[in-house]
Amino acid sequence: MVRDVTLGQFMPGQSVVHKLDARTKLILLIAIIVFIFAATNYMSLLLITLASLLVVLLTRISFKMYLKSMKVILMVVLFTGIINLFYGSGEVLWEWQFIKITEGGINNAVFVTIRIATLVIISSVLTFTTSPSDLTDGLERLMKPLTVFHVKVHEIAMMMTIALRFIPVLLEETDKIMNAQKARGADMESGGIIKRVKALIPVLIPLFVSSFRRANDLAMAMECRCYNGGRGRTRMKVLRFSLNDLWALIYVLIIFAGVILCNIYFPATIR
Amino acid sequence: MSVIKVEELKLIYGAGTPFQKTAIDGVSFEIEQGEFLGIIGHTGSGKSTLVQLLNGLLRPTEGKICLNGKDIWEKPKKIREVRFKVGMVFQYPEYQLFEETVYKDIAFGPKNMGLSDEEIDERVRKAASFTGLGDEYLQRSPFDLSGGEKRRAAIAGVVSMDPDVLILDEPTAGLDPLGRDALLSQIKTYHDVRKNTVILVSHSMEDIARITDRILVMNKGRKVMLDTAANVFSRGEELEKIGLRVPQITKIMMLLRQKGIPVDTSVLTVEQGFNEILSLARSSV
Repeated sequence: MVRDVTLGQFMPGQSVVHKLDARTKLILLIAIIVFIFAATNYMSLLLITLASLLVVLLTRISFKMYLKSMKVILMVVLFTGIINLFYGSGEVLWEWQFIKITEGGINNAVFVTIRIATLVIISSVLTFTTSPSDLTDGLERLMKPLTVFHVKVHEIAMMMTIALRFIPVLLEETDKIMNAQKARGADMESGGIIKRVKALIPVLIPLFVSSFRRANDLAMAMECRCYNGGRGRTRMKVLRFSLNDLWALIYVLIIFAGVILCNIYFPATIR
Repeated sequence: MSVIKVEELKLIYGAGTPFQKTAIDGVSFEIEQGEFLGIIGHTGSGKSTLVQLLNGLLRPTEGKICLNGKDIWEKPKKIREVRFKVGMVFQYPEYQLFEETVYKDIAFGPKNMGLSDEEIDERVRKAASFTGLGDEYLQRSPFDLSGGEKRRAAIAGVVSMDPDVLILDEPTAGLDPLGRDALLSQIKTYHDVRKNTVILVSHSMEDIARITDRILVMNKGRKVMLDTAANVFSRGEELEKIGLRVPQITKIMMLLRQKGIPVDTSVLTVEQGFNEILSLARSSV
């Protein structure tokens, strides 16, 4: 059930992509996402999709995992694809009352679907290959300049770390409490929507109570270890750029150049 | 007649995935009506999984569980009835309290059974007094109670369903010695008065030996032994191989025996051991 979700799950490994600096991965991901939206014709989109698939191959994580993460948002992809089918101009190919499917519409639908699919796959690369702690660490470092505007960068990163860390704990706890209430005859599998929501109360209240208890314990434990925010704090694992990061940067720059060239030399398929 | 009969029970988690794990592997046994059974095993031996199978929270991959002669998974829609008949108290049950008052929380189970208000009231009061909570507790919020009191309230919440079989999974975990002894003797009293079947899961040999009739020893999802405490402890070496320890006093008796002193090795408590040694000393003088 809840545990089968692969979207955003870290899979430890030793691939080149795993070893990249979290900051590199974050920035390059943002860059690629921009390219995906900058691509205006099939050639440039094809280029960027292939480039992303190459990165996927480099992660050495089975493609099944990526497909699984696609499954979660399959409905979203299909929905936007189908909606786009009916928008667009050009030659009308099929008509039924007020619904029209045009050449432009089909182009739009295919384009948007590939776009979202690529987007999900390349984002999965980041979450699959970067441990949550590296990810928040990288984010913190990247957001560092914001401290000038009195943004509590370290605190935000710490909150994210804690939230990520406690997801599996809370899932397990939910399972336990559900079982305990089921053992007392709580019926969570039948009835209408209102009955089902009501049936969740015996699960949610203990879950809230224990979350607060955990928060309390954690705060106490952190204070016992003299935690007082980010000031003066050093790290055990310091993020360092390596030669691989440079290669990754060059790779993305080449894609960037390719996308621009394709955009210029081929006509735009979508408007 | 046996109240629970388990035949060739097998449970595989995550079958077909790389995480496949056999949690219970071909376990068969019978529990008699009114028996007090202890289940003991190392962490991860499958004892908690086994008891969750017994009340239908988990569905076995293979094998059969019969309650009063009827397969509990015969009609999967009726599994709730099984859960009312086989009451289950989980580890750290105090974390399942959720109502505004202790009274309402204890009444949750009987209410789900669809009983009348008078019947519920009677059961709640009976269950509370069984676990040593007086009437003055019933209108308090369960979140204001102490740890030990919370646990009693949670156990009362299962006892109030008046199950034919009561299962307690590590009921004394995290309690101080006094609280532990009090709780165990209350469970014993419950068993003596109601004449119901009770199953106690624990990894403390001392606790289990003192109050149960028979002990089921589990290891790696398999049944290793099912016998009386004295017989189980007489196989002390096997127990130690699977990471369990016989009670200290029994161990002492075994060592004495090895040294050639003819003591009874089925001794379970310090008091019995004391008397045994004393009588031996007297007779040899």
